[in-house]
Amino acid sequence: MKLRTFSGGVHPPDNKQWSAHLPIEDCPLPDQLIVPMSQHIGAPAAPCVAVGQQVAKGEVIGEAKGFVSVPIHAPTSGEVVAVEARLHPMGTALPAVVIKADGEDRWRDDLASAEPGDLTPEEIIDKVHQAGVVGLGGAAFPAHVKMSPPPEKPINTLIFNGVECEPYLTADHRMMLEETERILQGVALLQYVFGAERVVIGIEANKPDAIAHLEQHCTGTPVEVVALQVKYPQGAEKQLIAAVTGREVPSGGLPMDIGVAVHNVSTAAAVTDAVVQGRPLIERVCTVTGPAIREPKNLKIRIGTPLSHLVAVCGGLVEDPGKIILGGPMMGVAQLGFDAPAIRGTSGLLLLRQQDVERRPEGPCIRCARCVEGCPMKLLPTTIAAYARRDLFEATEEYRAMDCIECGCCSYSCPALIPLVQAIRYGKAAIMAKKRNA
Amino acid sequence: MIAAILSLGCIGLVAAFALGLAAKKFAVEVVPRELAALEVLPGANCGACGYPGCAGFAKAVIEGKAELNQCPPGGAEVVLKLSRILGVEATAAEPEIAVVICQGDNRKAQLKYQYLGLDDCTAAQRVAGGPKACPGGCLGLGSCQRACPFDAIEMTDDGLAVISREKCTGCRKCIAVCPRNVIRMTPLASSVHVLCNSHDKGALVRKYCQIGCIGCHICKKTVPDAYQVETFLATVVYGHDEEAGEAIAKCPTQCIRDFQDGYPEGSRLAPAGSEKTHAA
Repeated sequence: MKLRTFSGGVHPPDNKQWSAHLPIEDCPLPDQLIVPMSQHIGAPAAPCVAVGQQVAKGEVIGEAKGFVSVPIHAPTSGEVVAVEARLHPMGTALPAVVIKADGEDRWRDDLASAEPGDLTPEEIIDKVHQAGVVGLGGAAFPAHVKMSPPPEKPINTLIFNGVECEPYLTADHRMMLEETERILQGVALLQYVFGAERVVIGIEANKPDAIAHLEQHCTGTPVEVVALQVKYPQGAEKQLIAAVTGREVPSGGLPMDIGVAVHNVSTAAAVTDAVVQGRPLIERVCTVTGPAIREPKNLKIRIGTPLSHLVAVCGGLVEDPGKIILGGPMMGVAQLGFDAPAIRGTSGLLLLRQQDVERRPEGPCIRCARCVEGCPMKLLPTTIAAYARRDLFEATEEYRAMDCIECGCCSYSCPALIPLVQAIRYGKAAIMAKKRNA
Repeated sequence: MIAAILSLGCIGLVAAFALGLAAKKFAVEVVPRELAALEVLPGANCGACGYPGCAGFAKAVIEGKAELNQCPPGGAEVVLKLSRILGVEATAAEPEIAVVICQGDNRKAQLKYQYLGLDDCTAAQRVAGGPKACPGGCLGLGSCQRACPFDAIEMTDDGLAVISREKCTGCRKCIAVCPRNVIRMTPLASSVHVLCNSHDKGALVRKYCQIGCIGCHICKKTVPDAYQVETFLATVVYGHDEEAGEAIAKCPTQCIRDFQDGYPEGSRLAPAGSEKTHAA
């Protein structure tokens, strides 16, 4: 059978064999947790605890500022030892609350569990907001915002993203195998909130065990499990929608414009916790992998766990890493060291050796158009990048730079090693800066 | 042969006639004084005046919308010439030039990481706040050099921008592109500057830079009038040059420089012998 997919894309080696077979392990608690106030798209939370204060696990330590923002919760019980700017995975120091764990790991005692059948959609959305649930695929967009589309844009198709197309990462894969019940309960809750007619779980075909497992659990339910061709970026929102529904999100538009909403499978599990148990989002599954780590693992980690702790839990380093990446190798963020903490969007910690990241110098464009063929947004990366590098931002915008999803297929496919996506990002930043100033 | 000559000749005649008519009909009226004003402007079209090019500024000046001293590259000489054309009195603005207030090149200042991206300071600044450990130091990727219409900026081999005091006209194009705000406008007459842009505490500055200001106040104690220290960074109070120079030898990190004694280390620019006015 020909598997469904989108146009364009590339085929990087998936390298999931390091950790795909390893069950999720609970990561031991670190002594100190650094919880940044900015872990999501939107306004950062405002710290609402003072140094010296005792907090219980799940207590709010940062309040949401505005609608597109979520509260931040204490990942364990302990004492607040600092409220200050700390190194954030983005590479700069940003406000954070530092908690010294007391080892008791005591939940706050007012967790409100609920019977999902008794709740109205609004109550569910409110619970999701209060629990600080964000998209766990990597971008960390607040889930309650996605769950509140305007009434004139009804959602008829709800897609759950179990694609995990980034090489190396296996966190969602393990979640689908081991936390099936939580995921499917979340799927049902979200279907109820959206009132969607069609519910699909999309999974890349390199996870046959997950596909079979979920299909088995979904028989007799309205949930469809769809196997998708193995291709990067199959798990990008717009590409997943194209593969599953054949619909295209208009330029500058959102999935809700064509009646679709996409959530990650792990987000569905977090929604279950938030609604049924009243538990906030304080932990997630993170794949620690790569050739430079001794024992790759799928770890269930607390938000705010320092990366150095994750490395220690995984048996330390084989050699000095050439690159430390939070997330996958295609779209992840390179790190300055192991001082930053893992945050809500941290789906993986990838450690590459020096020889894996060696670079040759950039050559001239030979007009081979591999970037054009690879672009899943049907853009002309070489043209956009050339304009951006010459600071011709009007032309950059005219060639639809703002539609770029920064997946990196162009840079990956360029035989001349031109930093295409980097140049496009530079152009996009300049265009956005100009719009802000206008 | 003859047919060809005749037919082409006729086409030529008709076209010449049409062109002649068009030139009369669509003639653009030019104010002679505008042309005269344009003549005296530097012609770099740098945009420092805020108008689109020298022609735009000439028009604005003649129409009375712009001040005569709004052309920094032109300096006093242009103000004088424009005032003759317009027949009014005008005084030149105090001439200013841009100075990079940093001496921490890649050898003297620490890097947080190895930057492999686009050769552009703004792009580098987006990656974890730039590769320099110092939050204010020159990134040395030459965005200002490329923006300079007067070829006045030199990039040293170790990645530090140095602005020539002779060539800089004060157009501020470099300031607009610098993502770290490390270029400042200073009076041309003042040649002594504190070359540091870090407001961090001294202990921290010492960790990442050999030649940064640690906010020790020694300069201010030596010459109280000529220096001020704000949030761990000293600056020169311009207009006290003679005295300001006295503190140079006292500075423990040698971050005060008199440009008359030479440019920062690594620069191939020759020190300015005497104070020239820029239009000269």
